Amino acid sequence: MADKADVKISVKNLKKNFGSLEVLKDISLEVTEGEVVVLIGPSGSGKSTLLRCLNQLEKATSGQIVIDGFDVTDKRTDINKVRENIGMVFQHFNLFNHLNVLRNMTLAPVHLKTLSKENANNKAMQLLERVGLSDKAGAYPSQLSGGQKQRVAIARALEMNPDIMLFDEPTSALDPEMVGEVLAVMKELARDGMTMIVVTHEIGFAREVASRVIFMEGGYIIEEGTPEEVLDHPKEPRTIDFLSKVL
Amino acid sequence: MLMIIQTYGTMLLKAMGHTLLLCLLSLVFASVIGMIFGLMNVGHNRALNFIGTVYVDAVRGVPLIVLAYFIYFGIPTAIQQGLGIMSFRLSPLQAGTIALSMNCGAYMAEIVRAGIQSVDRGQMEAGRSLGLSYGAGMALIVVPQAVRTMIPSIINQFIITLKDTSILSVIGFPELTNVGKTVMGNTFKPLQAWAIVGIMYLIVITILSKVSKQIERRVNRGR
Repeated sequence: MADKADVKISVKNLKKNFGSLEVLKDISLEVTEGEVVVLIGPSGSGKSTLLRCLNQLEKATSGQIVIDGFDVTDKRTDINKVRENIGMVFQHFNLFNHLNVLRNMTLAPVHLKTLSKENANNKAMQLLERVGLSDKAGAYPSQLSGGQKQRVAIARALEMNPDIMLFDEPTSALDPEMVGEVLAVMKELARDGMTMIVVTHEIGFAREVASRVIFMEGGYIIEEGTPEEVLDHPKEPRTIDFLSKVL
Repeated sequence: MLMIIQTYGTMLLKAMGHTLLLCLLSLVFASVIGMIFGLMNVGHNRALNFIGTVYVDAVRGVPLIVLAYFIYFGIPTAIQQGLGIMSFRLSPLQAGTIALSMNCGAYMAEIVRAGIQSVDRGQMEAGRSLGLSYGAGMALIVVPQAVRTMIPSIINQFIITLKDTSILSVIGFPELTNVGKTVMGNTFKPLQAWAIVGIMYLIVITILSKVSKQIERRVNRGR
């Protein structure tokens, strides 16, 4: 493990209940700068909940989450400020349907005054070029394909200049032929050194890009390690069982 | 019939003006009331939810005519006797506006609540994940989308409110129905008098709904 200064995300004994249902039972995790952590596991294992706890879209029931040195589980922390540095990409894209692509991307930075309107527009156009959609700046979300929507969603998150990106099953709602274009954008991000946590069922992506794979089940981290360790030589029976079903 | 129009035409038109004035004032206040209570009901603050629910249920549970009597006769009496301000009066327009705004506001609150809840939760989450506050997410992302789905219900509510102004004839506000009664009493021609009044309502409401449809179409164009 790298030294303390490089730790971007630190989770200690995180628990999350929905009513009487315990979704996360005892999660501890550290992510260092530039790491690409891929979370796999059966549905209901708590992967997405863990991800959503990191930027506090779900409030942790107990435990501590420190991001960039800010304790986001502490009520006094300005969570909105911390979230500006954590991009999130959702399974169902969640583009703002009433705004065109450009306005989708510039809404938050202009409102929060992290960028001037002009700079936000310029940056948005650069990012759209990067994800291969510079001709779609004026299009509305309803005019885009799923893959295009998700690439816009990634660009929208990047517009805030985050140093962490969270991906919540980014390709699960896509038609198979569109998965590749989204994964390509994510691979490029990973290569550029973005700290990423990705919940996905794309084992191929995990094998190729992940610096660490974490297998979760029943609200616990069952096994973690390099893609070779976890995907090719799993030790835990539950990991072996899961992988035999998805591979 | 022609005779009635010749003799009472200006009087009826003036009454129509009163009806429209009452309706317009009430719609403005009701929109504000509806937005406030609607937002109170969709938030996660239990105290605000409670206040919002009580308001909506209480107002919807009382007939408008009773509410109008209560405000026109009851409230001034309470203030005169309770606070000793003997000169306190409410004009029929004031009382009517209050009653109709409260009534329409309760229904508007429900329209606002339903509209906001019809917007996918992911929209707010996406906004929050970018660092926007709850209020900014509401104002910039959720409400603009909710308004589009709300428009048909709002138009419907506006038309209902315009017709409900006739109920306020009972507190003596000289709106169209009240003046219609006068015309009937003076002419002893109820058939013609009420036909004219009915047609006047019909014309205004038809215009209102046509204009509203136009607005609806324009708002939906960018979708």
